[in-house]
Amino acid sequence: MNLLTAEHVEKRYANHLALDDVSIAVPEKSIFGLLGPNGAGKTTLIRIINQITGPDKGEITFAGRKMKAEDIYQIGYLPEERGLYKKMKVGEQALYLSQLKGISKSDAIKQLKYWFEKFEIQSWWDKKVEELSKGMAQKVQFITTIIHEPKLLIFDEPFSGFDPINANLLKEEILNLKAKGATIIFSTHNMGSVEELCDHIALINKSRNILHGPINEVRQKYGSNIFELSFRGETNRLAACLDSNYSLVSDTDEAGIKKALIKVINPSSDNRLLNLALPEVEIIGFNQVIPSMNDIFIQVVQDYNRDNGVTAN
Amino acid sequence: MNKILLIIEREFMSRVKKKSFIIMTLLTPILFAALMVGPSLLASMESTELTKIAVIDESKSFEGKIKETEYIKINFLSNATTEDFKKDFEESGYYALLYINKTAISNPDSIILYSNKQPSIDIVTHISKAIEKEVEANKLKAYKIENIEEIMKAIKTNIDVRTIKWSKDGEEKESNQFVTMGIAYIMSFLMYMMVLLFGTQVMQGVIEEKTNRVVEVIISSVKPFQLMMGKILGIAAVCLVQILSWIVLTYAIGTITISIVADKAAPVKTEQAKKMATNELQQQNISGDIKTPEKSMSSNEIMKLFEGQNVLLILGSFIFYFLFGFLLYAALFAAVGSAVDSITDTQQLVMPITLPLILSIIVMISGIKSPDGPLAFWFSMIPLTSPIIMLTRIPFGVPVWQLALSATILVLSFIVVTWMAAKIYRTGILLYGKKYSWAEMWKWIRYKN
Repeated sequence: MNLLTAEHVEKRYANHLALDDVSIAVPEKSIFGLLGPNGAGKTTLIRIINQITGPDKGEITFAGRKMKAEDIYQIGYLPEERGLYKKMKVGEQALYLSQLKGISKSDAIKQLKYWFEKFEIQSWWDKKVEELSKGMAQKVQFITTIIHEPKLLIFDEPFSGFDPINANLLKEEILNLKAKGATIIFSTHNMGSVEELCDHIALINKSRNILHGPINEVRQKYGSNIFELSFRGETNRLAACLDSNYSLVSDTDEAGIKKALIKVINPSSDNRLLNLALPEVEIIGFNQVIPSMNDIFIQVVQDYNRDNGVTAN
Repeated sequence: MNKILLIIEREFMSRVKKKSFIIMTLLTPILFAALMVGPSLLASMESTELTKIAVIDESKSFEGKIKETEYIKINFLSNATTEDFKKDFEESGYYALLYINKTAISNPDSIILYSNKQPSIDIVTHISKAIEKEVEANKLKAYKIENIEEIMKAIKTNIDVRTIKWSKDGEEKESNQFVTMGIAYIMSFLMYMMVLLFGTQVMQGVIEEKTNRVVEVIISSVKPFQLMMGKILGIAAVCLVQILSWIVLTYAIGTITISIVADKAAPVKTEQAKKMATNELQQQNISGDIKTPEKSMSSNEIMKLFEGQNVLLILGSFIFYFLFGFLLYAALFAAVGSAVDSITDTQQLVMPITLPLILSIIVMISGIKSPDGPLAFWFSMIPLTSPIIMLTRIPFGVPVWQLALSATILVLSFIVVTWMAAKIYRTGILLYGKKYSWAEMWKWIRYKN
């Protein structure tokens, strides 16, 4: 079941179309990666989901029905451009932001105590925000985002500004939240963390959703035609035996074991490749190459821009 | 609604707790009180030093005619000339030398006061008054009218015009023109000052939230309109608290200092008055008048000054006009704050907002002289100037229909302006690096949703 869907959402600003017929479906209790180049329209979509702004056309559903104003309290949002009141004390501010999210003061204090202890930042309570470093402030912000235990969490570049130790801590927390039943929308340019965390993705480019689905399917789809063949023997003999259905993309030689990347041009002939190669070289391994999200991102965006005659900005 | 209260609370508390607020709140009444009490305090302390004045009276007609006071001693020298004093005047021990030549009665301009310093205005006035009176008396005597002294006493009058306001049903109310003007002036100016001061704070607050990027976090929890109104109302509350504490503190400090000063000054003054009275009797000077020393005002007397005023109406309309006037301007300031990226960008946008304020102050100055004139009337109707000009007019009495009309216009324009400001605000706070102009903002107003 989908916790949140956007159906045919369109949003137009004065002279440009920010979202053009964008549909996404975010399954419950999953991590959904919202990807796309800068200026593609991700932030606009996130703002529409947060009801900061409304769509011109289309509809957002939440938990199976049209989204209502009160649903905002079921959402926790950590924007990319985030900040705190500099002159306010950390604890006071966390309390204020929590209360704005609709939880009572006493509950907020209890929850904040728990999280401050967990992140080992109790001593910051009476410090002013301007005394904190960027990473420290990010931690406080993360806490205020999740404090009201929302059903849906939206993280826009959550790891920026964190050192690797804290980034890891955060990653664990995100996975924890998922395990506890939260649904998470995750927007980032860090494809490594997408691969690590996301169950589903949608790729927005030039205001349109150009690629979406479960991450494994997406990667399979873009990886189905390249195979890695590890072998001992002559690369030349391998190359010679390939017919027009295949092309040798690259080859490497590591300590006597050679690896060749072979692109299958006609997808119905996977086994034939082995048949062709078997007599020529000694095969050690054969497996499909699943491309990284990074490669897919670049390829899909570039292909789309080329096909639609637009240039990347 | 609950959320607006939270925002108001934060805006209010974060400002009230600031040191600058506390200092302003405490220091300003001291300043006000000093301005109120200062003059009478100074008056009670003035020239306790003995001042000796030598007089060379060649006309021989002023001897004993210049009254001495507790602090001014007059010495008539019969055989001296000005030349004797010209050099080394300081050593003579005199403060000044008054030279009256022979023709003084017919030619009073020839009277000269010499001194090695600038004689104080009090002494100069004291002397010239005494001589003036003597010359006048002499001139009158020259007409040889019978019983001139009795006539002079009989015609001596002291005019003090009382102004009494008639209400519609003929009720009489005594009023004091100066107090009325004072109230009008203070209220209008306070309004002007506070709108400018705290309106700018609203703008700074909005810019701070925008540049801090805290705004996006907050408007994912509350509507931009709630954030804007919460900020404006919170700051309005700070402003009201400040004004009310100023009034209370000024009154308290004023009363206390006045009573202290009055207690100290009272015995001295009565003594002085007595002495003067006895002198008067002895000299039987027809033209002399006993100048009762100005009493310091007690708090009761201050309260009496306000008797002619409808204090409740004035206070009520001040709060009303302050609230709506402030909200109106604050909404505009918030809109400007949302449209820019930093405080340095605000100047050209703020100009059109401060212009009506400055205009109001100019109109107020003439409005205080003719509070029912067409200029004051129209400016007390126009919404952006009415909060100031109506406050100028109210102490003088304003017809009910005008008050109602002006108030209605103000409330309606508050609603319209706030609605427009909210539209600018919700678009502006999320835009960075856009060129900002009133034309651009007009576009934002017309955005749907």
